[in-house]
Parts: sequence; structure tokens; C-alpha cells
Amino acid sequence: MTKIRIIDATLRDGMHAVSHQFSPEDMATIAAALDSAGVDTIEIGHGDGQGGSTFQYGFAKASDEDYLKAVSPVLTKAKLDILILPGIGTESDIELGAKYGVKVVRIATHATEADVGAQHITFTRSLGMEAIGFLMMAHMAPVEKVVEQAKQFESYGADTVYVTDSAGTMLPWEVTEKIAAVKAAVTVPVGFHGHNNLGLAIGNTLAAVQAGASCVDGCLCGLGAGSGNAQTEVLAAVFDRMNIDTGIDLYKVMDVAEEEVRPRMHQPQAITKFGLSIGWAGVYGSFLLHAVRAGQQFGVDPRDILVELGRLKTVGGQEDLIIDVASRLAAEKTQRREKSRAAHT
Amino acid sequence: MRKIKAAILGPGNIGTDLMLKIIKKAENIEVVLLAGIVDGGRGLELARKMGIATSIDGVESILADDSIEIVFEATGAKAHLANAPRYRRSGKIAIDLTPAAVGTYLVPAVNLDGNLEGDNFNMVTCGGQATIPMVMAVNRVTPVEYAEIVATISSQSAGPGTRANIDEFTQTTAKAVVAVGGAKKGRAIILLNPVEPPIMMRNTVYCRVQHPEKLEEIRESVARMADHVRSYVPGYRVRLAPIADGDKITLMVEVEGEGAYLPKYSGNLDIITAAALATGEKVAERLLAKCS
Repeated sequence: MTKIRIIDATLRDGMHAVSHQFSPEDMATIAAALDSAGVDTIEIGHGDGQGGSTFQYGFAKASDEDYLKAVSPVLTKAKLDILILPGIGTESDIELGAKYGVKVVRIATHATEADVGAQHITFTRSLGMEAIGFLMMAHMAPVEKVVEQAKQFESYGADTVYVTDSAGTMLPWEVTEKIAAVKAAVTVPVGFHGHNNLGLAIGNTLAAVQAGASCVDGCLCGLGAGSGNAQTEVLAAVFDRMNIDTGIDLYKVMDVAEEEVRPRMHQPQAITKFGLSIGWAGVYGSFLLHAVRAGQQFGVDPRDILVELGRLKTVGGQEDLIIDVASRLAAEKTQRREKSRAAHT
Repeated sequence: MRKIKAAILGPGNIGTDLMLKIIKKAENIEVVLLAGIVDGGRGLELARKMGIATSIDGVESILADDSIEIVFEATGAKAHLANAPRYRRSGKIAIDLTPAAVGTYLVPAVNLDGNLEGDNFNMVTCGGQATIPMVMAVNRVTPVEYAEIVATISSQSAGPGTRANIDEFTQTTAKAVVAVGGAKKGRAIILLNPVEPPIMMRNTVYCRVQHPEKLEEIRESVARMADHVRSYVPGYRVRLAPIADGDKITLMVEVEGEGAYLPKYSGNLDIITAAALATGEKVAERLLAKCS
């Protein structure tokens, strides 16, 4: 029976959907239930990784250390995982994780910038933890570039390399092409992380598995940035139908989603017009709630902000540009209104 | 008029740009040596063309020359940590463009005066040079409880030094936001964007302040500070004048490079070499005053 490793990111990517407001107790409850449902790896922390609790990305309910302290003791089999975005998180965050029994560190860079993660991969390995290289916004780079960057991650010592559709904009055959090319070029396992802005998270994950990915991400109830991620409990059911072993107890994982996660959600994880705009325009999923807020603050349609951010080819982490774009669009709107008023009088 | 002799260690983008700035603008310093450890490369070739001595013996060639009084370190944080004590022992003043943070943090628009007594001056980081004046401009109106800066630079302008030292960049910048900018707590983030054509260096400054209602005064202070920075970094401008949201002040500045040696999008390199030149000139002025 084929095996697929599922990394559940409800308590990290899912944090975007609740504006990073899960409490350490929420995390401990959900993590314990995921552990008993047989999930292989559990990622926790601020949505933008360790050190993400800032004005730029939104302050989390608790500190990185409080989350680690709460979750670490409740895990019995599952591996504890944290995310580091070099430039935001640092080696000291990795050190802190090690202190709390973190087993896996995912080092995430933009699809063309793998080398900024070299020091963090080396450092993670030197502390005896597993290092996963995570290429974000993979739709923005051509296949050859993604392959080159994945090979760089491997050369720094990454144990697995990921192709990540941070904008939920990739089509299944694009996923197939990139995963197959990376799979052919590296000797380490290949992973895929999908978002659901175009309704393709599960489909794209299956395309990735067919193309050779053996490690995929999910979130309970499909929680996550933008329109959320592939739904962990759905992945468990689909893989079971495909005769693929994930180690997950289906009823148990459904129960965690229904009983522990759904009641804690701030809104249903739907493909709203704004989430859909993210997928369509190819912008970073985490921009969603920031763009909605900026739209209210400056009186402009969040879709216009998102589309402009896509046109500017912004990358993950550039949340500050949302205010810049919104204020500019608002100024243009005022100018237009004044011009038409002048024309009428 | 006598000039103080200076050497540059590190013939990469930063070292070469600094060399050209000194040749073009400096009144108190002259570059007598550009040293690296590998032959070839544009920087060394350009130096030779311009009649400046070069060496591939690295730090040794600088230490061997007693006439050199100022060394500009344009290598990496690790190299400067190793070199700093050697400069000190041989009586040379170090102006450090790496994030090694051995010496006094210097941001010319903020703390150049009254801080020139030491023998090692650290230029913080490009993000620090761009944002710390703004933190100080807010802090002189109303106390800044927490300042967070986000520097976004084009991937094309981030050389191997920056890429290998990304943690040092954020940590050093955050410390200097407090030490020089005056914030009670500091935080720094750096982002790289690979878009073509490359973006200008963009910096966002967030401050949590005691008196956000003093927005008009903050705006005035920020505009005045931007003029001051512009006196040594011509491409420095406020892109988003301060706005208030609760107790949070947000503002953005952009840095366009001079476009002399490096492309205009490399404002991040321009601002740190401009800061090093401004510091070097003042240090040299002090040395010259001592001799006369």
C-alpha cells in the first residue's frame, strides 16, 4: 500500500482565518485530537511562521513560546513542526523550537529565493531536526527555475522540498508539470501545499500525488489563508478511497474537525468574492483579511486592491503594500470624482 | 590639502560603489587601496583603471600599510568580527558596512555629532539607515513604545552577503531601532522581491506611540527629517506620509539609487555607502583637526 505523509497546518496556516487568535489552549486541544487521530506532523504558530506576530502581519493571541509550551506536552506520536520565513523568523526561533521538542522546521522562501534559507536549513539540521524547504508562490516562477531552487534546497541539506501554491491559483496540469519536474531532479521526497481560492485544493493535491509528491498539506475544515487549504479530513477520505495509507483514523479526524475546529472558526471557510479574486489574480493568500480591512479604511473595493497587488507582482510577506495601494486607489477615486464634479458644474 | 588615507576591504557591489562615491565626493578622505581575496571581478578592474592600488591579499594588505588610517569593511559580518580586533591593534579606525555590529551604530542623520570618539563605527544595515531617521522623527514628537520596520528590496540588489546574513540583518536593525531611533522596543523584517523591472527599495515604519493625536506634528517632523537624509542620500523620499490608526502610526519611505555605478533600483546599497561616506568624512575631519 502506498503511503502519503500528511502535514496538518490547521494551527499555523489556519491561524490566518482567525486573525491569529487561537489561544494556546485551543491549540493544545486541537493538537491532542489530531495526534490521537494519527496525523503524522502538526504545524503550529503564527500564520506567517515564528516571529510573525507583528503590525505587518497582525499580532497573535499569544507568543510563539506560549504556543510551543502548550502544544509540546500533549503530543504522543505526531511530530511537532514550525515554519520559518527567513527575513521574519531567525535561527533563535529555531533554537526556541528545539527547546520545546520541535521535530520538523519548514523553511519557506519565495520560489526564486531559496538561498536566503541556506543558513536556517543548515542550522535546523545541526540541531538534529528535520528541515523542509518550502518554495512559496510557485506559480510565479517557470518550471526550470522551480527545479533549480528545489535542487538548491536539497544541496543545503533539506530532507524534503515543497512546491507551494500560496495564491491558490495553479491549475492541476501546472501542478503536475512542476511536481514531476522537481521529483525527477531531486532525490529527497517532494511535497505540495495547495490553496482553495479556485476550488482546486483537493484536485491539485491529487495531481501532485500522481506526479510523485509523497508529502502533502491539509487543514481541518479547509481552514487557511485566502480561501483556505486542502481539507485534511477530505484528504484522509479521498486517499483511503485510493488505497493510500495516511495513518489517519477517518472518523476521528472528522470528529476533530467538527467538534474542535468548526466551533472556533470566525466565519465559514468559503470561496468568497475576495478569496476568489486572490486565486484569479495570483496574489498571496494571507493578503485577504488585510485587503478587506484596508478596503473599509480607505473606501475602495478590496478586489481592486488585490488585482493591483497581482499586477505589481507582489510576493508573500508584502502586506505593507496593501495600505500603499489602497491609499493610492482612494486618492485616484477622489480625483476622478472631483473631475466629474467639475465637468458637471 | 591633506586627505586621510583609506582602504576598502571587499570589492563587491558595496565596496565598489563606495570607492566611486569617495573619489567623486570626498573632501577629507582618499582611497588608496581596494582589497579583496579573489582576483577578477568588476570592482578590482575598475579600481585599476582609475589608478587605485588593488590587492588580493585581503585584510593583510591593509594591515601592512601604516599610512592607512581608515578601513571601510564591505565584506560580511563574520569577516568583520575577525578583522575588527586587528584593525584596533594596528591603530586603524574601522567603518563597518556589515551587520557585525562591533562598534557604535551610526546613522548620520540622527547621531553623527558627538559619537565620533571610538575606533569602530557600524553602519547598521541598509534598512536601518532608511528607517531609523523616521523612528527618531516620530519619537521626538511623541514617545515610541514599539517600532517595527519592514524593508523590501529587489532580489537583484541583494548580493550574497545580504543573503547569507539575513538573520544578522534583522537582529542588528532591530537593536539599532532602539539604540539610535529611540524606540523602547524594536523589530525588523526584510523581504526580497524578484519582479522585473526591479523595484525601488521600499521601507515601511510602524510606530506605537503615546500621542497619535499629534499627527500633524509627526508629519512635519518626518518631512523635516526626510530633507535632512536627502542631504546625503539624494534619492530618499517619503512615499506615504504618516497616517494614524488607533495608536499606530504608519509611514513609508522609498530610496532611489543615484545610478552612478549601480542601477537606480539599488537604493538599499546607495543609502549604506552614502552613510559610510558621511561618517568617514566626519571621522577624517576629526583626524585632520588633531594633526594641524
